[in-house]
Amino acid sequence: MARAAEQKPSPILDAMRQIREDAASYRGIWSWITTVDHKRIGIMYGVTALGFFLLGGIEALLIRLQLSTPNARVLDPDQYNRIFTMHGTTMIFLVVMPLSAAFFNLITPLMIGARDVAFPRLNAFSYWVFLAGGIFMNASFFTGGNILHGELGAPDAGWFGYAPLTLNRFSPGEGVDFWALGLQILGIASMASGFNFIVTILNMRAPGMTLFRMPLFVWMTLVTSFLIVFAMPVITVALFELLFDRLFDANFFNVAKGGTPLLWQHMFWLFGHPEVYILILPAMGIVSEVLPTFARKPLFGYPFVVFSGIAIAFMSWGVWAHHMFTTGLGAIANSAFGVSTILIAIPTGVKIFNWLATLWGGSISLKTPLYFAIGFIAMFTIGGLTGVTHSIVPSDYQQQDTYYVVAHFHQVLFGGAIFGLFAGIYYWYPKFTGRMLYEGLGQVQFWLMFIGFNLTFQPMMILGLLGMPRRIYSYPQGQGWDAWNLVATVGAFLIATSVLIFIINVIATARRKERAEADPWDGRTLEWSLPSPVPAYNFAKIPTVHALDDFWHQKYAEDESGRPVPVAAGGSGEEEPEVDVHGIHMPSPSFFPLITALGLPIIATGLIYDPAIVAVGAAVLVVGIYGWALEPASE
Amino acid sequence: MQHSPALETNTGVDNRKLLMWLFLASECLFFGSLIGAYLLYRDKNVTGPYPKDLFDIPFTSVSAFILLMSSVTMVLALAAVQRGDQRGLRIWLLTTAFMGILFVSGQAFEFTEFHRQGLSLSTNMFGTTFFVLTGFHGAHVTVGILILLSLFVMAWRGRLTQAESLHVELAGLYWHFVDIVWIVIFTLVYLIQP
Repeated sequence: MARAAEQKPSPILDAMRQIREDAASYRGIWSWITTVDHKRIGIMYGVTALGFFLLGGIEALLIRLQLSTPNARVLDPDQYNRIFTMHGTTMIFLVVMPLSAAFFNLITPLMIGARDVAFPRLNAFSYWVFLAGGIFMNASFFTGGNILHGELGAPDAGWFGYAPLTLNRFSPGEGVDFWALGLQILGIASMASGFNFIVTILNMRAPGMTLFRMPLFVWMTLVTSFLIVFAMPVITVALFELLFDRLFDANFFNVAKGGTPLLWQHMFWLFGHPEVYILILPAMGIVSEVLPTFARKPLFGYPFVVFSGIAIAFMSWGVWAHHMFTTGLGAIANSAFGVSTILIAIPTGVKIFNWLATLWGGSISLKTPLYFAIGFIAMFTIGGLTGVTHSIVPSDYQQQDTYYVVAHFHQVLFGGAIFGLFAGIYYWYPKFTGRMLYEGLGQVQFWLMFIGFNLTFQPMMILGLLGMPRRIYSYPQGQGWDAWNLVATVGAFLIATSVLIFIINVIATARRKERAEADPWDGRTLEWSLPSPVPAYNFAKIPTVHALDDFWHQKYAEDESGRPVPVAAGGSGEEEPEVDVHGIHMPSPSFFPLITALGLPIIATGLIYDPAIVAVGAAVLVVGIYGWALEPASE
Repeated sequence: MQHSPALETNTGVDNRKLLMWLFLASECLFFGSLIGAYLLYRDKNVTGPYPKDLFDIPFTSVSAFILLMSSVTMVLALAAVQRGDQRGLRIWLLTTAFMGILFVSGQAFEFTEFHRQGLSLSTNMFGTTFFVLTGFHGAHVTVGILILLSLFVMAWRGRLTQAESLHVELAGLYWHFVDIVWIVIFTLVYLIQP
């Protein structure tokens, strides 16, 4: 019997063998599904986040179409609420955060001279949980009835989900359940990657890479990761409270039983304001790398920029109530939070002046990444300054819930974060694909996006000051709002065009014959010492670091006047390492991060529909965790 | 002590241990938020039953004492594996898990008893905050029990040697943390009543 079984060819076993071979040899779809390589995970994060960027962008265009003229009929009020809620949620949790995570993954291990992150499988788990959470969240669209008849089921209470709007009484249906559970799932992804990068940065640096020789981007990854692991638990609890209220009739936000909806606002913004810096600090890190490279000068006042980043992170815990000035906290609380909000502008301002001083006197090479980085500085400065106007409490009373606020946070999150992230995309694209994005198309994209951005959001400042409230699906004629709204809509379509040009650029680049050099921008940090694309093991030989911007110092010495002079036989990244790369032990690919991640959306679905499904999800989760724990991490 | 760190780290702390410390640090915010909500709502009940009607302090003191003592047996389990005493390891792991189970059983009894006397999640603010706060703590203890039992099975099969004592150490960190959280909850919820 046993012999017969052995001889019988088993298609399943054959398929599994094939999968393992593919995974080990880095080929085929299975090698991506089982990968634990930080570079591949980073690419998956980036591609997925850009996919959600298109989705969130389409939602934005729908909003702008609806508001382009008074009394428009593109969306009905119910659809409008769902679309703007999903637009905000998508852009924050499914675009900017994961796009930042993509850069953490791609760049951080290379910059500190490591072969991978501290926990490669946990890293894959983060990605799969993020993907699962994103799909789960968007699946809510289909729960409202027939989606083809415009019956949407998505959450409708805004991305901040203020209670009691989110309670069953005011948000019946499953939309808010999907929202809250989706955010819980995404929170797990963020927490896992936060832990991973803190440990990676603190523990896995190459010899000589002291904390104050770390590139700024690595610093910002570290600071952001700390913010994530401390801010996420607060929103986790707030979301649990909301879910208990919705699913099990608890009273956390039920005024009739003594609950207070204000608790939600406190907890949400106690998370939400650190979250704002979780969104912007990575982009600041990227800009702090791009500017020195294209100015061919070290970052001005490196320690100041580092400490400003740390100071911002600490202070971000003490400003949350500036989102709540109109809730009646009282004069003392309002003044205190107003002052702390003014103070947090100081380290932010320090950074802006350091960036300007980095450019000052540099031999500027004006390429697409630098365009986006300078765009970031300009737009973020406007965003920061309008933020300071919110700290003046009486002024904030007037601005609360108007388009002025909408303009402000798009100014920092789009003009800031998205511009910074695009700078990073253009800057590091060749390192991971081996091809340079087209420079001409890149600059066209920048100018279209820059002009479109300003056309969209500067009119909103005026609209806000004219008194146009946020979160209204339409407005009557004759308020003086018509022209500015039309301009904003035109701007939004210009932004869409610029994104289209980016996609064209990516497609055209994929067909490009010539390959990128290892160091196309004359970079300063360790990733440029590696071939493009980077081999799986990153560093054939782990480097020893002697200075900040070590790679630059390998290439250049300074003459008497402090100008860089090329060093003969400087590191070009193309010498053959004298190491047998086959001897390098890399972590093995694994299915278990994916399986474990799959359990979470199943459990979440079960919580909404049927406890039996929870059991199934829990079983998947347990199989995943035990399989993970018992399999050897590397062969 | 025999350790075999796979890689040298910059801080000298094993990656996994650093991860556990960070996780516990973030858990402080998690329980901090839950406890904060409990304190905010402790005198906001519109109807009874109130804590003083339901709490059986002697009973809960006993179960709290059992949980506290389980930290001692946890330390003994770690000491056993570190000196290569496999029998001691198995005994103390199982004892710790057993004491955890006693604690959770006590909690289950307390929950059903309170429910019988008319307290549910939706009765009043006390019901809402008490069940959610202590429920999440109980869930943490339950996860800890599962970890301990898994370690016990590993030890039973001879897969938890002196060189792998880190696993026990990590479980211990988690266990002690959950224990400390209970000290805070027990003090703030049961002992100091308004």
